[in-house]
Amino acid sequence: MSILKLHYEIDGEDFTRAGEASASVKKRLRQLGVKPDATRKVSIALYEGEINMVIHAHGGDIDVEISPEAVRMVLADRGPGIENIDQAMKEGWSTAPDEVRSLGFGAGMGLPNMKKNSDEMQIETVLGKGTTVTMAVYL
Amino acid sequence: MSPLELAQKLNLSILNEGEGADRELKGIYCCDLLSIVMGRAKADDAWITVMGNLNSIAVAVLADTGCIILSEGMQLDAEAASKASAQGVCVLSSDLPTFELSRKIAEAAGL
Repeated sequence: MSILKLHYEIDGEDFTRAGEASASVKKRLRQLGVKPDATRKVSIALYEGEINMVIHAHGGDIDVEISPEAVRMVLADRGPGIENIDQAMKEGWSTAPDEVRSLGFGAGMGLPNMKKNSDEMQIETVLGKGTTVTMAVYL
Repeated sequence: MSPLELAQKLNLSILNEGEGADRELKGIYCCDLLSIVMGRAKADDAWITVMGNLNSIAVAVLADTGCIILSEGMQLDAEAASKASAQGVCVLSSDLPTFELSRKIAEAAGL
């Protein structure tokens, strides 16, 4: 298997379409015969990231590289940045607005779920400029 | 037991059949907050919730739950129904409250 590169543009205005990139990546991993456990980890980590980009950052870009060793994901947005990463990483901490909570999100589980489901995770954030989250799931 | 066998046994409404005949339920998970479901529901769980929106379908697909079972007589909205159909997600529903429903499912499916 050579390296497969996928690119998605996430529409920040459309909450209902969030999840399309993750579902598409999941489908590709299934077709490639990737183990269900790893596929599920990638799906969850990526979906949480996608939801975060829609809720907090008016969308952005997702790049995914699938190699025989790992799935690497880079989620880059031009949102407000994260003021306190340690706080954002705590389960239950959320700055999501009420309309998002009424849809079942905003429980403060996004970043913790991403961390839990990835083997590597890095967050680079600049206030007022945006956030880039890089994650890898080993295959 | 498959979701469709469960539906027949407990007289649940089938809102979307999807992969309901092919999945084997291995556990039960009850929660309405989607972020918590994403992190904690296991693959092949019967996921019981009152949330019948589009995002619930995405969560079921990505967390790979065996089916969604809406409690308290909740229904899918139109967008969610069409997404469930497109993604092959089995969605059942019941008028019972979540606790009562999960108790019956646990008994019926031996979970």
